[in-house]
Amino acid sequence: MPVRLYLNGVSKSFTMHLQGGTVIPVVDKVEFSVNAGECVVLGGPSGAGKSSILKMIYGNYRCETGQILVTIGDDIINVAASEPREVLRLREDTIGYVSQFLRTIPRVSAEEVVAEPLVAQGASEAEAVEKARGLLSRLNVPERLWTLPPATFSGGEQQRVNIARGFIAHYPILLLDEPTASLDAANRAVVVRLVQEKKEQGVAMVGILHDQDVREEIADRIIDVTAFASDEAA
Amino acid sequence: MSVFTSDDPLLQVHNVTRYYGDRIGCADVSFDLWPGEVLAIVGESGSGKTTLLNCLSTRLAPTTGAIEYRMRDGTMRNLYQLTEAERRLLMRTDWGFVHQNAADGLRMTVSAGANVGERLMAVGERHYGNIRSTADDWLGRVEIDSDRIDDDPRSFSGGMRQRLQIARNLVTHPRLVFMDEPTGGLDVSVQARLLDLLRRLVSDLGLSVVIVTHDLAVARLLSHRIMVMRHGNVIEAGLTDQVLDDPREPYTQLLVSSILQV
Amino acid sequence: MSDTAQLYDQGEYNFAYLDEQTKRMIRRAILKGIAIPGYQVPFASREMPMPYGWGTGGVQVTASILGKDDCLKMIDQGSDDTTNAVSLRGFFEKTAGIRTTFETSEATVIQTRHRIPEKTLTEDQVLVFQVPIPEPLRFLEPRETETRKMHALEDYGLMHVKLYEDIAKNGHIATTYAYPVKVNDRYVMDPSPTPKFDNPKIDEMAALQLYGAGREKRIYAIPPYTKVKSLDFEDYPFEVQKFDKPCALCGAENVYLDEVILDDRGGRMFVCSDSNYCEERRAAGHRGPMAADPAAAQIGATDLQETAR
Repeated sequence: MPVRLYLNGVSKSFTMHLQGGTVIPVVDKVEFSVNAGECVVLGGPSGAGKSSILKMIYGNYRCETGQILVTIGDDIINVAASEPREVLRLREDTIGYVSQFLRTIPRVSAEEVVAEPLVAQGASEAEAVEKARGLLSRLNVPERLWTLPPATFSGGEQQRVNIARGFIAHYPILLLDEPTASLDAANRAVVVRLVQEKKEQGVAMVGILHDQDVREEIADRIIDVTAFASDEAA
Repeated sequence: MSVFTSDDPLLQVHNVTRYYGDRIGCADVSFDLWPGEVLAIVGESGSGKTTLLNCLSTRLAPTTGAIEYRMRDGTMRNLYQLTEAERRLLMRTDWGFVHQNAADGLRMTVSAGANVGERLMAVGERHYGNIRSTADDWLGRVEIDSDRIDDDPRSFSGGMRQRLQIARNLVTHPRLVFMDEPTGGLDVSVQARLLDLLRRLVSDLGLSVVIVTHDLAVARLLSHRIMVMRHGNVIEAGLTDQVLDDPREPYTQLLVSSILQV
Repeated sequence: MSDTAQLYDQGEYNFAYLDEQTKRMIRRAILKGIAIPGYQVPFASREMPMPYGWGTGGVQVTASILGKDDCLKMIDQGSDDTTNAVSLRGFFEKTAGIRTTFETSEATVIQTRHRIPEKTLTEDQVLVFQVPIPEPLRFLEPRETETRKMHALEDYGLMHVKLYEDIAKNGHIATTYAYPVKVNDRYVMDPSPTPKFDNPKIDEMAALQLYGAGREKRIYAIPPYTKVKSLDFEDYPFEVQKFDKPCALCGAENVYLDEVILDDRGGRMFVCSDSNYCEERRAAGHRGPMAADPAAAQIGATDLQETAR
């Protein structure tokens, strides 16, 4: 299978100017690749920089050195050196992100929240909402909630709305930031099936999964992030 | 559909500098704005963000630098080389300006319907019935009841006035809208509603927006890109979530860390 | 009599009160106004021996265009015999010594406040209007710098905002006087506080129209046979007032009527605002429904003798 994502010599540190310019190293010389249809899980303890790596791939964090190369057809794009609008375009059609927390927008209903990424990719409103309902139903979000804004939902319900939003559209690359944390067994199983379906569609995935069962079921490879620990951090 | 597909910028800003005597208003600002893109200019009072906005919107001539705009016919024109007539036509058709204080952007002594209809009449619409129904439609889109169409904005609440101002600006389907602290001075609940409305309108209409705000939450909700200004200079710019989640400059870190968590 | 005004040839005053330099200045403004129909030309308005609001603008224009052979008619609200008309006519009789008349067709210069005579004017006549506020955009846009720019750029959307408001509030365009017009497809102009009934007369008028605003220091003009269009909407076209009865004294229809209170028991009648027109019709034998009424007859019989003076 072709390589979809390649991180080459990626380093990241934070300079905390408000704390006298303290430099907090995060990761150094990260290097790995992900093939289409493969799910790579980042391993390592909290604070090892797993989340920072996902955020750099998504363009949410800057990357100081190195390249984050994304293959789209015959083109290779370096996310780390892309203009903001290129990153936005990548987020619209190439890189998806399933996070733990839903950033709610006032007055937008759950099904619209879920449908939005698909509409952005050019699907009709009706088609997107139909698919959104299917996903919400699979994730056991009660139907009576679909037309309500998720701001007042419970944490678990919000999380499932966000998972549906993350899985609805087709992205060749999908980033999973602890999507199953605090889900019950039944919903974890749904997420596992969703991930399997994405694999079958040839989606390359990078995930952070603390849940041992889920990790074993979906991970094709586990990359130990502590291997990229910065020398200074030691 | 995607709004990031056009490769032709709508607005190109080249080294815009504005002095007030010896004092710098804003210095050497350059950027491009593409169709459908929302750019937030943040910074505290006196940072030069309003000076920059006024330069961009031809309300204040820059001391040096150039600003080019893509006219509806596709040609790029230097804004400060347009004739006054061309500039006014641009401002009342292809552009909008939403003021912080709605009274600055509305005619407070004429009805809501006439406020919305004025731009239509200015470009030659001469059918009362059509003007009124268009105004009514726009009032609906900004969630003002039809039965308020003949009321003066003086009788409107702050939030309603602001929504009316937005309708008045959008009625001619502008491509570029400037906003100066559009949610400033409103109650939080009113702010939330206005922000949501703006977010929808901006995405439905594919508007390009330059919005000045000191409220980072507003910038995060509405904008794709952000420019942080301090002492007249742009000190940091980039993708909104990147600048807010991974701020690089000391001042930006200070701004981000100063947000109250609820 | 403490009459210091004397006759002009006794040297007390220059002909028609104003000095010749001032007249030249005003004539230049008038010529410019004629060259740019509907455009408000600023001029150095002089203090006149009468208060602002009495027609100082019209008086200065009239004084600047009068010649010794002219015959002046002075009307106020259509009438030759109301205070304003009598005073100003007396002013020019004294300072210029020219002929004055009540008869519209006899006059070469007609100075008016609030009306245009019913009788069609000719190329040999000049109609001078007294204007209180020349700027039609004034009540919508208070800044003079801005209104000037709006005129320069033909930025007239605001005028229709006013008409829109009229329809929204009253169901029809309720502006009945000082009804804005567009002159020669270019400048929007305030035809002074004449009733909109008279607007159609302004269009393609054979006589030269001059408008003078003394306090506001503006002169504007409409040359003969100029297109003047009253502003309106496609679905609310411009309409003039209609009167359901003819003149009570002379029976004229399609003329502008004034309401006249006859007594303190609610008695009233509607008569021609243009007193000269009414008299001429009655002299020609036309009779309205109340012509025989003694109260009405008293009002209608005023001026025939004075006219003959």
